[in-house]
Amino acid sequence: MAKMKVEEQEKAKTKARMSGSLMLIEALKAEKVEVIFGYPGGAVLPLYDELYKAGVFHVLTRHEQGAIHAAEGYARISGKPGVVIATSGPGATNIVTGLTDAMMDSLPLVVFTGQVATSVIGSDAFQEADVVGITMPITKHNYQVRDISELPRIIKEAFHIATTGRPGPVLIDIPKDITTAEGEFDYDQDVHLPGYQPTTQPNHWQIRRLVEAVSQSKRPVILAGAGILHANASNELRQYAEQQNIPVIHTLLGLGGFPADHPLFLGMAGMHGTYTANMALCECDLLINIGARFDDRVTGNLKYFAPKATVAHIDIDPAEIGKNVPTKIPIVSDAKAALQELIAQQGKPADTAAWLAQLDEWKRRFPLHYEPEAGTIKPQKLIEMIYEMTNGEAIVTTDVGQHQMWAAQYYKFNRPHRWVTSGGLGTMGFGLPAAIGAQLADRSATVVSIVGDGGFQMTFQELSVIQELRLPIKIVIVNNQALGMVRQWQELFYDKRYSHSLIPNQPDFVKLAEAYGMPGLRAKTEAEAAEVLKQAFAMDGPVLLDFHVRADENVYPMVAPGKGLHEMVGVKACEESSR
Amino acid sequence: MRRIITMTVNNRPGVLNRITGLFTKRHYNIESITVGHTEIEGISRMTFVVNVDDERTAEQIIKQLNKQIDVLKVNDITDQAIVARELALIKVAAPPAVRQEIYTLIEPFRASIVDVSKDSLVIQVTGEPEKVEALIELLRPYGIKEVARTGTTAFTRGAQKATTNQKTAFII
Ligand SMILES: Cc1ncc(C[n+]2csc(CCOP(=O)(O)OP(=O)(O)O)c2C)c(N)n1
Ligand SMILES: [Mg+2]
Repeated sequence: MAKMKVEEQEKAKTKARMSGSLMLIEALKAEKVEVIFGYPGGAVLPLYDELYKAGVFHVLTRHEQGAIHAAEGYARISGKPGVVIATSGPGATNIVTGLTDAMMDSLPLVVFTGQVATSVIGSDAFQEADVVGITMPITKHNYQVRDISELPRIIKEAFHIATTGRPGPVLIDIPKDITTAEGEFDYDQDVHLPGYQPTTQPNHWQIRRLVEAVSQSKRPVILAGAGILHANASNELRQYAEQQNIPVIHTLLGLGGFPADHPLFLGMAGMHGTYTANMALCECDLLINIGARFDDRVTGNLKYFAPKATVAHIDIDPAEIGKNVPTKIPIVSDAKAALQELIAQQGKPADTAAWLAQLDEWKRRFPLHYEPEAGTIKPQKLIEMIYEMTNGEAIVTTDVGQHQMWAAQYYKFNRPHRWVTSGGLGTMGFGLPAAIGAQLADRSATVVSIVGDGGFQMTFQELSVIQELRLPIKIVIVNNQALGMVRQWQELFYDKRYSHSLIPNQPDFVKLAEAYGMPGLRAKTEAEAAEVLKQAFAMDGPVLLDFHVRADENVYPMVAPGKGLHEMVGVKACEESSR
Repeated sequence: MRRIITMTVNNRPGVLNRITGLFTKRHYNIESITVGHTEIEGISRMTFVVNVDDERTAEQIIKQLNKQIDVLKVNDITDQAIVARELALIKVAAPPAVRQEIYTLIEPFRASIVDVSKDSLVIQVTGEPEKVEALIELLRPYGIKEVARTGTTAFTRGAQKATTNQKTAFII
């Protein structure tokens, strides 16, 4: 009896009549959303009024692009969906880059955009933009709410779609009149999406084929992508690799999924991957891709990719399997479920002793390499210093360019969910706002945001937010007075014609930090850098560090565009005596 | 190669836009599209004829379409026993002197005259796209003024030959 009553009360509560704005707030509460990143404007004023009354934690970034990148950083670290609100028209178009970025890197976001009232949609009203049309190809799904009665269902579906299967951004466009219209709020409904039924469990026959292939192989290798992280499958990956004695390579986005200091780890693959990882891909006889999508930055020229290998691919998105690389053993599944199944099979491990000896030899002879140089700061050395300073425990966010690649190469991630970078889209301006979201997802973590002097200036207005919330982010500018990665390509492929890539007159970033009310420190030599880092990490709050590094340093090894992975340049053999 | 793809979709605003957008984004060439209601309310049926380079591309199209939330079912029915039909309206120059000749010519096609004016006829023909094509070619010497074709709509026959290589969307 008493139970009935409680249930009825609950029902009554969830069926209450309320405005669209309040529905949204209630839905966010039901979804246990901890933080919203947003920016107000005319079309979302009713919504912001309810936010004000409800006292929901909302971070006012200084640009909508900052809001969506912060939400991405939050999603990457927390595994929960990042929530964004932007107003109609320019507010909505300002999040286009972030949506595309999240789509490419499979980050779960639920994004609300304001829209002009339904009565004037299509009339080119003030701040009207066809946001559903614009964002259709860059979202996993999107909606425009046409009637208040649909709103609860749509929000519920949006959270479901964003976070299940292959995660991605979902956008809900809400006309202003819908935010004020009243309707029944029923959030207690089941999601009914017959056209969306992700396969999460592996097919047993294919699993057995893979077990068989492993037992027969002599030179197997695992290429692990961010699918490992989305599925929280790091432990399973390690167990499986150890059980079967298979070495592991990461993609850029997968870093941290497998411990960097593990003897079976070969490093990152691809354009700026390690010699050993790339050569392992060239020489392997069995390639097991888990949760990576064979991006061209990983594979190099497909014609020369893994020429000797039988390819197995475990992915939750069937469309990724066979898209770029012909695949013998396709396994549509959540990475964790597939790995658990593989471990449970206890297949006969491959006889990899000779293969592992070969790989160890490569690792020893061809490690990542740079020439130390007195009187300057080597960017690679800088990353190593940061790694040591933070005991390899920090959350590292980066922007896009050379500094990103150095961070990926020289910061050794031993734990998952510590690495936040823009991979598929390569979005400059990502690193700083992403750090805000990352820090909010893990308040006790040390967050280091490693950015370039170029990309930093695309979103540095978010220093305001960092200062306002006193987020203790250590901002590291790898200041090479250049759009370094562009400069490197121009040096190598355009005969040193540095067309619009040198910026010798960068502003005084230390003063800029001070203008935003946070300390700024500068270093120009390695000794100064050591000192500055010590000071910075002793501080409680945010701090900006401007490291002047050489402008002409290049990222190596490198696989030039169009080349195969075996055609790396900048690999140096290292003899016993050197580093 | 030419593939015929049919699918059922939720009849929601923008769904056609989603599908054609996907074709554009991924550089797939659409030869024709037809869309219409099905026997179930709220569900539409689409038939696409696409030109692709190879099997892999054909498979990608199916998989990408399947990823759309509003797409319920996708089938590549090219290699199955199917009924495929197209309707065309053909306006042809037809001074009285040649009319009888045209009547005789279209008869084996079971085409019909749906409009007559002083110097032209409008002919309606239904059938497999090849048949429509053939009739248009036969009429061309008389002077075709306008052609409107619906594009192919198709579905599978009730009974399939046992050997038919059924294409399914997932390689699970
Ligand atoms: C929004 C955006 N515009 C342009 C590019 C092309 N791009 C890639 S790396 C790069 C240079 C980045 O310079 P900086 O931020 O100083 O980093 P560095 O390479 O010097 O470390 C550019 C312009 C991009 N990735 N994103
Ligand atoms: Mg730079």
